[in-house]
Amino acid sequence: MNIYILEEKCIGCGLCLKVCIYNALTLRERPEHPKKYKLAIIDLNKCTFCAACVEECKKYSAIVLEKEAISCQPSAISLYKGVWVYAEQRHNEIAPVVYELLAEGKKLAQKLNVSLSAILLGDKISHFAQELIFHGANKVYLVEDTILKNFLDEPYSEVLAQIINEEKPEIILFGATNIGRSFASRVAAKTNTGLTADCTGLDVDLETRNLLQTRPAFGGNIMATILTPNHRPQMATVRHKVFPKAERDTTLKGEIIKKNVNLSNLIVRTQFIEFVKDITSKVNLAEADIIVSGGRGLGKPEGFKLIEELAQVIGGAVGASRAAVDAEWIPYSHQVGQTGRTVAPKLYIACGISGAIQHLVGMSGAKCVVAVNKDPEAPIMKIADFALQGDLYEIIPALIKELKK
Amino acid sequence: MNIIICIKQVPATTNVQIDSETGRLKREGVESIINPFDEYALEEGLRLKEKFAGKVIVLSMGPPQAETALRECIARGADESILLSDKNFAGADTLATAYTLAQAIKKINPGGGSSTPYDLIICGKQAIDGDTAQVGPGIAEKLNIPHICYVRKIEEIKDGMLRVERLMEDGYDILEMKLPALITVVKEINIPRLPSLRGLLLAKKTKINLWNAEIINAEKDKIGMTGSPTTVKKIFTPPARKGGETISGSPEEIAQKTASRLKELKII
Repeated sequence: MNIYILEEKCIGCGLCLKVCIYNALTLRERPEHPKKYKLAIIDLNKCTFCAACVEECKKYSAIVLEKEAISCQPSAISLYKGVWVYAEQRHNEIAPVVYELLAEGKKLAQKLNVSLSAILLGDKISHFAQELIFHGANKVYLVEDTILKNFLDEPYSEVLAQIINEEKPEIILFGATNIGRSFASRVAAKTNTGLTADCTGLDVDLETRNLLQTRPAFGGNIMATILTPNHRPQMATVRHKVFPKAERDTTLKGEIIKKNVNLSNLIVRTQFIEFVKDITSKVNLAEADIIVSGGRGLGKPEGFKLIEELAQVIGGAVGASRAAVDAEWIPYSHQVGQTGRTVAPKLYIACGISGAIQHLVGMSGAKCVVAVNKDPEAPIMKIADFALQGDLYEIIPALIKELKK
Repeated sequence: MNIIICIKQVPATTNVQIDSETGRLKREGVESIINPFDEYALEEGLRLKEKFAGKVIVLSMGPPQAETALRECIARGADESILLSDKNFAGADTLATAYTLAQAIKKINPGGGSSTPYDLIICGKQAIDGDTAQVGPGIAEKLNIPHICYVRKIEEIKDGMLRVERLMEDGYDILEMKLPALITVVKEINIPRLPSLRGLLLAKKTKINLWNAEIINAEKDKIGMTGSPTTVKKIFTPPARKGGETISGSPEEIAQKTASRLKELKII
């Protein structure tokens, strides 16, 4: 691949310098130019070919990114048909994101005029198959084995890779859960195909049948649309709560296909010992519809008692900013933000959180944001749908009282 | 016990500000740092070394200036460092990156008492610029070793087995895994140390091993942009989130107004 500047088109405006996060671009004087325009120079040692400058320079089209043509085999690609959803299950429950994937997968399958299948792996989990059909799956591929009782990357990825090689789907969607992100990565590496993490937008290009995978990067400051043009299946992990859930319809019919997978060659080098439940959080933060978060503004660890009370009254989960976690007022598992969890509740109530960029990217998926803060200039107050200005130790008790009515 | 730590140099988005008018990142003067999650990986490696003896080798793929990140690792106590730098590596997606790092790991041979060249590979949970979390498991697959992601604690290492706690959404799993293996770690696992004065002096003088595609026997069609199944079609800036209404008054008034607005909008 190569990237270069078309000297006759560059006007030395410097826009490209501003978007280059790798500092690969500089401007040099160009006395030879009739208008003395400067010229942008790319340092190929620093450039990562991210294409941000190409996008920025659209108006002048002075930057060219050339990618070497990869020998693609359209015939092999056309063998791959159908949309799959990985039906993640744990502790005898289907992950809620699976129903979101089924709804979105259905749309893609209809556009491509193919069937939608769910992949169900585990031990004694066949009773879920019908539920997946009621939520839109035309087929359910089912593998049951004691080795699959608890999620372990090695046996799970071995099984899925075998089914992929036999059935050849063109698209596979996973929830961007802890399991999904780990599992999909290993399967993609095993099958040597492309995987796009944490998608928030999906569509298909009907001509090429490419999946258009849109995802946030740089902590949500940039959105990128990613393609896997020459490899199949196209794999993506999808953020929870971005897409609506599939409706349950008990009149829907589908086929349950039991797959026999050869696990005789598999050496399982990981072993599940036990699961220890986090007793401090009653609600799964990632799946919560309402989150009440506390930050440095609480001033003391006891402040979280108030946060918990509000969360309880309103039926939500408790979140926290990094500052509160670092001060050891609350465990890390509650942290929302870049180094914590990404959440997308219907309602996010930020109490005493200033709203550092790393926190904002973790909760930018919230539909409605309420901020309680003394400082009207705090970044969170600028983006909140409802900015409640004042002392949180006065406002929150009043709010609890009001909501209890 | 020989440990390999994979790190990435990333732009310090933690210091990044957003331009309130355009809603875009202000990128001028953004410095490069060690990916924060990789600092936990390094720290865990150093702690294991202190407990079991052996070597900590730090590996990174990146442009020549990524050398500064490796020197910082030496300053904190790593024994050796390798920078994979080659124009042909550029533009790699997660699959090509995992392949490249795996090829380099196959080449590493620290010698010493250990029978295997390495016992454990530690990566950060994800890098803060890409946020994919895909490279760690990819390396494990390419090396055909087991892996566990989101490790929040190493409970024990005994008789070639590693016992860890894997952070889940609703608690944690306790798992055992046979070494050699790969783990990715979360922030909860430790508090990284700062470089020592002696370390800083050492880091200045240390030799960073520079490896290119040829040295690691990388196949040309598996590295860089050519070896990447995914490609960026376009990049755009999402619309900035706009503020709404400010609710003021006495605490009771604020509470009453807020509750009624949320009910109006059918949010609660």
